[in-house]
Amino acid sequence: MSTPTIPEQGEQKTSDAPSPRQPDGRPEQQAPPSGLAVLARSPKVLAVLVAVLVVVVSAAVGGSGVWPQGWTIDIRTPLNDLDGWLVDNREKSPIFLYFLLHISNSAESSVDAIISLFDAMGWIGVTVVGTLVGWAAGGSDLSRRALRTGGTTLGVFIACGVLNMWAPTMETLALMTVAVFAAAVLGLLLGLGAGLSDRFEKILRPVFDTMQVMPAFAYLLPLLLMFGVGVPSALIATVIYAAPPMARLTSLGLRSADPAALEASASLGASHWQRLWTARLPLARKQMMLGLNQAIMMCLSMVVLASLIGSEGLGDEIYQALGSLDVGTALTAGVAVVLIAVLLDRTTAAAGERLDATVTVGATRLMARIRMAVWGLVLALIGVFSAVGSSIGEREWPDVWTVDVTRPLQSAVDWLTETIGSGIPVLGGTVVWAKGFTVYVLNPLRSGLETTPWWALALLVGVIGWIVGTWRAALTGVICLGLIGMMGLWEKSMDTFSQVIGGLVLTMVIGIVLGILTARVERVERMLRPVLDTMQTMPQFVYLIPVIALVGLSRSAGIIAAVIYACPAVIRITAQGLRYVDPAAMEASRSLGATSRQQLLGVQLPLARKSLLVGVNQGVVLVLSMVVIAGLIGGGALGYDVVQGLSKGDLSQGLPAGIAIVCLGIMLDRITQPAGERPRD
Amino acid sequence: MKNKQIRKTVVAGIGILGALSLSACGAAETNSGGGTDDKVVLAEPSWVGAQANAAVVKKLMEDELDVKVEAKQMDEPVAFDALDSGKADAILEDWHGVPKKEKKYVDEKKTVVSGGDLGVVGHIGWFVPKYYADKNPDVTDYKNLNKYAKDFRTSESGDKGHFIGAAPSYSQHDKELIKNFDLDYKHIPSGAEAAQLKEIQRLYEAKKPFLTYWWEPQWMNNKIDMVEVELPKHTPGCEEPAAKAKCGYETNQLEKFLNADFAKSNSDAAKFIKNFKWTTKDQNEVAGDIAGKKMKPEDAAEKWIKANKSTWEKWLPKK
Repeated sequence: MSTPTIPEQGEQKTSDAPSPRQPDGRPEQQAPPSGLAVLARSPKVLAVLVAVLVVVVSAAVGGSGVWPQGWTIDIRTPLNDLDGWLVDNREKSPIFLYFLLHISNSAESSVDAIISLFDAMGWIGVTVVGTLVGWAAGGSDLSRRALRTGGTTLGVFIACGVLNMWAPTMETLALMTVAVFAAAVLGLLLGLGAGLSDRFEKILRPVFDTMQVMPAFAYLLPLLLMFGVGVPSALIATVIYAAPPMARLTSLGLRSADPAALEASASLGASHWQRLWTARLPLARKQMMLGLNQAIMMCLSMVVLASLIGSEGLGDEIYQALGSLDVGTALTAGVAVVLIAVLLDRTTAAAGERLDATVTVGATRLMARIRMAVWGLVLALIGVFSAVGSSIGEREWPDVWTVDVTRPLQSAVDWLTETIGSGIPVLGGTVVWAKGFTVYVLNPLRSGLETTPWWALALLVGVIGWIVGTWRAALTGVICLGLIGMMGLWEKSMDTFSQVIGGLVLTMVIGIVLGILTARVERVERMLRPVLDTMQTMPQFVYLIPVIALVGLSRSAGIIAAVIYACPAVIRITAQGLRYVDPAAMEASRSLGATSRQQLLGVQLPLARKSLLVGVNQGVVLVLSMVVIAGLIGGGALGYDVVQGLSKGDLSQGLPAGIAIVCLGIMLDRITQPAGERPRD
Repeated sequence: MKNKQIRKTVVAGIGILGALSLSACGAAETNSGGGTDDKVVLAEPSWVGAQANAAVVKKLMEDELDVKVEAKQMDEPVAFDALDSGKADAILEDWHGVPKKEKKYVDEKKTVVSGGDLGVVGHIGWFVPKYYADKNPDVTDYKNLNKYAKDFRTSESGDKGHFIGAAPSYSQHDKELIKNFDLDYKHIPSGAEAAQLKEIQRLYEAKKPFLTYWWEPQWMNNKIDMVEVELPKHTPGCEEPAAKAKCGYETNQLEKFLNADFAKSNSDAAKFIKNFKWTTKDQNEVAGDIAGKKMKPEDAAEKWIKANKSTWEKWLPKK
């Protein structure tokens, strides 16, 4: 029964293979010989077809394809022992006393210090200093960029105050400040190492890959056992999650420095260190700024998630509101999160742009002095405000100046979900559609995967991995499957796998269609951009409840959440790929009289194939990272195991499920990643 | 100039790191934050009843005893770890959902002590909506459930009935019960309480039949009518081990737990929390205001406090 999708993959391969000369719409009877010819020419396609055939036949004959019982190993007992040891020794073992507890204590005290600093500065102080920092980041002059950045900052602070989210916003910002600092320092050091030493880079690569596909929930749990609830666990989880992009981009920046500049610096007699300081690091600044920007965004999403383990701030506000189904409040807090994301993104982007401009134009002495003065002023103001701030005004945003938008938001969301949930005439509504999706897509897919024997699936994964990538990718994929089986999670993993495939197909269809539209129609792009920004930064918790109202507590709900999260990246990558197609090729096709449609299908899409593949790969990673969130709203399977492990504090349940998700992730990543390139850099 | 600047930054960075690592040579404090200062930290599980407890206690302690209170959101399993480490001082409503941890910390390590009953009685069971039970009166005995399984079919459960399971952190052995009673149902867990509530709200409004894990006190009971499906009576220890369980749930005196040091300190705050005891009705009133009428917890607590002075006066420690 797994046939509906797997042959599709096979077909894709065959349709990719024919030479471009073959025109569309040839007479039917000519297809077989050309198909056979293709097969004969490329043994790889043949291999895929054989593998598919084996899968189908063995699934039809075998009946049940579960991993054999005898081949599983017991990992619960050692994990339970570890759990017990951690609880008993948290206060005695030297590892804790001399190392881990220091980390946790300093994390806690630094966050506390920043919160009390914000508190002492009062809302006026925070707003003034914040605006000044924004302006300074934008260049501290009267240019448009500086004014715009400063204005954005001011606007965001005021909006958070007016929405009555001041206190949680400050808590989130405090946690963010420490997390971003730690992630940036760690990322920078690792990136320096990876950028300068090939061996270090080789060691770090798989580590980063794992960290990126590992669902954050899976490592919240061991952290919780080591550091207990609250700020330290949240902070460390955030740093683990956010440091990789910083490190990757730093390393990339160092490696891609203009060789001519390096050569020049070497020929001027610069030593190795001098070259690093004067040429390589300054040249890598732009990439490093981009890395910082990414790290900040990832920190933000994680800080919100960390409310599950007792961190405070906007995430907590959202989580709390959900308990009483108060979508209005959750949405308001979500808006504040989006606003902070906008603020941080614009500020770091402006700083990055400015750095870029300085490199090319060169700063005048006067401007440099003014900039120093502004930063000095910022420091001085922080001191002044923290001394007298609370006497100027209240500590928190005055209540009189707040507007309660939670009620109208709530009724708007209710109305919306009601209408498209079941109120559409003729078409039914999302409840009916989701039911159809479950019955006709998810259920067959799941039973198909469950009846396919494990060895046949492993064979298929191996063959696809070998064809798309290298034999190494194939081997990794097969090993991952084997690990899942050995942990005794085969059935649950296949359930999750079927959901991931369902989510991925939806994401790709929506993503590519919208991506094409975005690339070709200017207006669509302008309309979509803020929507995509919001979709990417809105904390996932916020839309869980409306999604249930739309489709009920079911696997479809989880899939919708995943699609919402993964679509923006796919849309962006598709659009970018289409837009950067060689203009000469486009021009040539136009002058040969191709219509717009022919141009799209015949030139743009084929030429953008690489970035479409990158899109698939990103889609896989993002959909998979939502498996756990889906577990919260009826996705069941591995995601639920992780959630239950976390909330029951049961390492032996949560960790294996988390590892199984990582294995699925690495497997899917490897078989969708074309050989010879690393798309995620 | 750039060169110099970068070098300076590096030197400063190394200096700071050095200072930090020097200061890290000693053994760390094992008990950080939380209960060490005068602030009292309450562990507040994620349901609204717990929010109501915390809001009333917080308001009264801050107004009457002048003690600063912080309510931190954490579910039972996490809360017990926090009580053990001193990161939280008290949990006001425990459903005995983590017997292993309770045994470990209360009986073995003695770092957590009981704070007496909350006064609220917790009851867990299997429920169907009233509109369905009215039409099919004998559904209220678990032995007849198989007869009705086809009514409860959904796309998720396939050819079996759909049983809406509890959120992951809640006490439950429904999956085992369904297996042991040979019921033709599929246990489909809710990933979070909020998800379960929303689903039930949706099904109830559409007047669809459903069978669910449900409990009292629960603020939504003011809005929907549910009828319980009888399960075999609970006898002590009958759900252990879960794989062999063949009985319903214990009717629970919800209990308070305190961090041992906090309880021993015998401060006004500790005395107050030990005295705190109210009824299911009281709690439902506050919870209903928070969740049903969407009042802020502080405001709902204030409203209740104004109306029930005689109740809470007894909780204040005698001067």
